Amino acid sequence: MGYTISEKILAEHAGLKHVEPGEIVKAKIDLAMAPDLTAVLAYNAMKEMGVSKVWDPSKVIFLLDHIAPSTNIQNATLHKQCREIAYNEKMKYFYDINAGVCHQVLPEKGHVYPGMLLVGADSHTCTHGAFGAFATGIGSTDMGAVLATGKLWFKVPETIKIEAVGNLQDRVYPKDLILKIAKEIGADGATYSSIEFTGESIKNMSISGRMTLCNMAIEMGGKTGIVETDEITLEYLRNRIIQKPNIFKSDSDAMYSKILKINSDKIVPQVSCPHSVDNVRDITELKSININQIFIGSCTNGRLDDLEVTAEILKNKIISDKVRLHVTPASMGVYKKALEKGLIKILIDAGAVICNPSCGACFGGNNGILAPGEVGLSTSNRNFKGRQGSPEAQVYLCSPATAAASALTGVITDPRVI
Amino acid sequence: MQNSKAWNFGDNVNTDFILPGRYLELTDPKKLAEHAMEGLDPTFSSNVKKGDIIIGGKNFGLGSSREHAPIALKYSGINIIVAESFARIFYRNAFNIGIAAIECQNISHKVKTGDNIEVNLAKGKILVHGEKLSIKPLPEFMLQLLNEGGLVNYIKNHIKEW
Ligand code: SF4
Repeated sequence: MGYTISEKILAEHAGLKHVEPGEIVKAKIDLAMAPDLTAVLAYNAMKEMGVSKVWDPSKVIFLLDHIAPSTNIQNATLHKQCREIAYNEKMKYFYDINAGVCHQVLPEKGHVYPGMLLVGADSHTCTHGAFGAFATGIGSTDMGAVLATGKLWFKVPETIKIEAVGNLQDRVYPKDLILKIAKEIGADGATYSSIEFTGESIKNMSISGRMTLCNMAIEMGGKTGIVETDEITLEYLRNRIIQKPNIFKSDSDAMYSKILKINSDKIVPQVSCPHSVDNVRDITELKSININQIFIGSCTNGRLDDLEVTAEILKNKIISDKVRLHVTPASMGVYKKALEKGLIKILIDAGAVICNPSCGACFGGNNGILAPGEVGLSTSNRNFKGRQGSPEAQVYLCSPATAAASALTGVITDPRVI
Repeated sequence: MQNSKAWNFGDNVNTDFILPGRYLELTDPKKLAEHAMEGLDPTFSSNVKKGDIIIGGKNFGLGSSREHAPIALKYSGINIIVAESFARIFYRNAFNIGIAAIECQNISHKVKTGDNIEVNLAKGKILVHGEKLSIKPLPEFMLQLLNEGGLVNYIKNHIKEW
């Protein structure tokens, strides 16, 4: 019997020949990442475990991204504690408020490589499966155990295979594909599972698009999303990573708990409606929904290609005076490239506010909070009630192209007709 | 055995409901508890009593990895949550801090907020309105975590063989 990529990576890190879904294994961690809001809790948990130092300061990364720069004394104090811990522990890598969102910064800076086992004290750590890594989000006490020992227990997940055949049409993007998949699978349809994305659409997809897919695995309850390493992965990693990639492929007779075939050709722009990510509609079904705030950014869709589409749609145009548009590049690297390419000027000329690379409006921390009764349109990954501010606000999710087209009109607008 | 008052919050109780993101900068568990369940019921934190039990439908705790969410519940006095299913990270986090996350079919349709509920973890039984419901048995490791008071103590006790 064959095994999936996820099973092979877990087996290797648990020092076993193979592992079966449902089995509980203890595995060695290659990299542990904790962002500002959870790092201190994790570190305190490690101390409570009676351990005084992290297991390997070259394998632990703290990163300040969720509220950056700080907005009040409380989170300023949290940042101060993170800096002190990183300094005292002599962490080899520490990223301050000038870096960007953790899930963008880690791969950009060469910390993520195929075959690794990565844990992050953030639920969207599954994003890194785009690089053929087994990457999953954990809570602070689990992270405390990792900081203390470099190991963690895992229940080996079953794998769901998504086969996306055909290719996405003009102005339809990986975000539309993953929203469609979320609709099919449901917000809890992949609980405890690894989601493996395969098929022609994925083979032709950029790294950025694959990250968008894997990023949203958690929105279906997934433990991780994963894409087999290929030339596109290796091309991105060239000159970034030091480690030799350890490439795993799923066997042809591997066991999947579910196989879902999706025809990408047929997908039209998708919108996830309040207040649940799987409440997804074809954009053509929606009737003039007025919006107040648009957020383009986050670890789902704040990358260079996202800003490129946005700029292409907004070039020489002015956004509707009914909306405010916040654009937040996912990292300083993205920001710099967007500046060099002249994208930022186009966006500012169109009326956008550019925020510094960080999580920004994504989780309602800062940089654009919704008031009661307001409607937000966002390229991020979650539209739970209260996620971006008031619980009496509504949030819709979409691709950057749909967000940009909607910025011009003030209502949710199909990017194919603009 | 625990004989308690139930709070039923239904399906898809996400971590933004349990503890809204704007409170993530708080590190004092008692302060976190003041905002527990604020996204669904702002009066919860002032009315909840020690030993009360939270009931949920499917996918309880979906969303963020924030442990602030189960911590807020724990310091509100909650040590048992019974739901039809749990989101993965929340499930782990709950046991790690010593809350029992118990799966029981149909529970959210059988219990209303304010009802009395008896949970017997050792026997794997729940008693509501005189009806006995069985719960999904806990994996050995989760039971051990609970018995030792959570992952912090567990690691402390077993660091040599971890
Ligand atoms: S951008 Fe949003 S989803 Fe991504 S890590 Fe930040 S808060 Fe989480």
